[in-house]
Amino acid sequence: MKSKLTFWRAVFLVIMGLGLYSAFIRYFRGLGAVSNMTDQFPWGLWIGFDCLCGVMLAAGGFCVIGAVYLFNVERLHSVVRPAVLTAFLGYLLFIVGLLFDLGRPWYIWHQLIYMNPHSVMFEVGMCVMAYTTVLFFEFLPNVLERFNLKTPIKWIKKIYAVLVILGILLSTLHQSSLGALYLIMPSKLHPFWYTPALPFLFFGSAIAVGLAMTIFESTQSAKAFGRHLELPVLVELGGALLVALWVNALLRFEDFFHRGLLGQIIKPSYEAYFLWLELALAFVIPITMLSFKKVRLSPNGLYLASIFTVLGFITNRLNVSLTGFETYVGHHYVPKWTEFSVTLMIIAAGFALFGLAVKYLPIFPKETHAGEQRLRTETGPMAATAVLGHAGD
Amino acid sequence: MSKALLYDATMCIGCKQCEAGCAQQNKLPYDDTVAAESVQSEHKYTVVLTKDDKFMRRLCMHCEHPACASACPVGAFHKTKEGPVVYDVWKCIGCRYCMVACAFAQPKYEWHSLNPRVRKCIMCPDRVLAGKQTACAEICPTGATKFGDRDDLVKEAQDRIRQSPSTYLPRIYGLNEVGGTCVLILSSVNVEEYGYPASAKIGDTPMPEYTGKVMSKVPDFIPVWSLVLGGIYWISHRREEVAAAEAQEQEQKKTGSAR
Repeated sequence: MKSKLTFWRAVFLVIMGLGLYSAFIRYFRGLGAVSNMTDQFPWGLWIGFDCLCGVMLAAGGFCVIGAVYLFNVERLHSVVRPAVLTAFLGYLLFIVGLLFDLGRPWYIWHQLIYMNPHSVMFEVGMCVMAYTTVLFFEFLPNVLERFNLKTPIKWIKKIYAVLVILGILLSTLHQSSLGALYLIMPSKLHPFWYTPALPFLFFGSAIAVGLAMTIFESTQSAKAFGRHLELPVLVELGGALLVALWVNALLRFEDFFHRGLLGQIIKPSYEAYFLWLELALAFVIPITMLSFKKVRLSPNGLYLASIFTVLGFITNRLNVSLTGFETYVGHHYVPKWTEFSVTLMIIAAGFALFGLAVKYLPIFPKETHAGEQRLRTETGPMAATAVLGHAGD
Repeated sequence: MSKALLYDATMCIGCKQCEAGCAQQNKLPYDDTVAAESVQSEHKYTVVLTKDDKFMRRLCMHCEHPACASACPVGAFHKTKEGPVVYDVWKCIGCRYCMVACAFAQPKYEWHSLNPRVRKCIMCPDRVLAGKQTACAEICPTGATKFGDRDDLVKEAQDRIRQSPSTYLPRIYGLNEVGGTCVLILSSVNVEEYGYPASAKIGDTPMPEYTGKVMSKVPDFIPVWSLVLGGIYWISHRREEVAAAEAQEQEQKKTGSAR
């Protein structure tokens, strides 16, 4: 166990080292030196993955908060704190990613004074700013509890209903607006992905991925931090995920059908291959899996189905932001290694911060010591989280 | 009245004086190497392209309803009433949404600068406001690039087509494309061959309308959605209160009967 720990710690350090090197290149040599972005491809991996996917992956926060506080589904209460933590970290890291991608990040505050209400980007920016603030207050009780500060917790409890409603309102707005960003490019984005329904599709996929990510991170933390897995909660989430996937699949089908693309999408082409990959990962595989009761009741089945869902919708957003432009531009965009390494560094930082938060804050309810023993017996890819969780030690 | 440029490709001799004039006006480097470059870039706002023995100029179209201006979150681009679409560098945060949004792919970026700016033809706003013509129109030896009021130039272009229908294709590129542009192009071959987006593809609808349809709903959506969410919250928690009250009543009854 000891050597394994060191191995993963080494991986973490290597990722951080390369990331810092790339960050140096970014800020001292410019965007041109650090990335393969060009005038033809002004948006690359950092927008496609760090921003579009990052915000989607952090959607679990508003999904779970909505279920528990809006619809009063008490059974999911135990996943509220980890989901809020993931969302808060997700949005903070999204902002970090943005600071890499923006050409003049030191002027990011201009958003607040030079407002252009016609711009979708303006709306996304304002919502993300406001929502990160809401998440901060939703997350704050964890810290206050840790230091036993009871009065401010009471204040937050008093405004919690407002925070809940505001959070969901802002999430609805910016999750869908991320899709609306692309509405202004009807002549550039490939018809497979350009659709007036983009805002709806982005919102729908955020909910599916939010649920999938909650399953994923609950299982992952159970394995990594040796926590007892609350199967009934996961089963509940899995059922909701199945419904969300069906709704998404139906939306997608309706969209292709109404735009008369059903004939085109089954014909092999460069775009079609990527579309098939996306549809298989996001819909065919997880829907088939979750349709079996046996899978819906098994922690490993739910875990796998959630991973497929997440990968599928990541593929979807990368298709919208990258693949969909290649035919228009006339050449491929492959991110430079330094772009990947910045993204990896941000992800690794996310894992590490999650681990630190779980370690020092009351994110999960207190457990007996028996649970801790289980951690030591867990193996496999989950070790990564375990170690990254300890990386900050 | 809005000013515009009429570029008549059949009159162009490919001397690239417009490139040189533009570079001088905008304080950009210009020598034989730059002249030989056949792509627009952060140091080349306009380019004269050659294909067979024909020429074609490319530059910012100065749309009547510019996508870049509607896309920019901080309003660093705006359309002046005189015609030029101009850029306020001090507002820019560098998100490059303008570059992605532009149907003509005109905004270029200083990729190797540490404080990068978006670069494109801004139609010499200082000169235009002073009542002068743009640098490229002034320097053009054949009148292929002509500066004037947009309405007059449209009429003139229509006249030229009418007078020599064998020379020109019967279209003015930019007349209606994306709702009309302040650069109008006459030519004997399709502009699409030189990298201009096809009229059919970009259509006559101003690009900002595609996002405007969604953005215009936001002010109504916010209060309505808040009310819906608040209503759901109230109902689901009201149920809880009622259930709690009923349970308490039952409890009281029980204790009452026990006594």
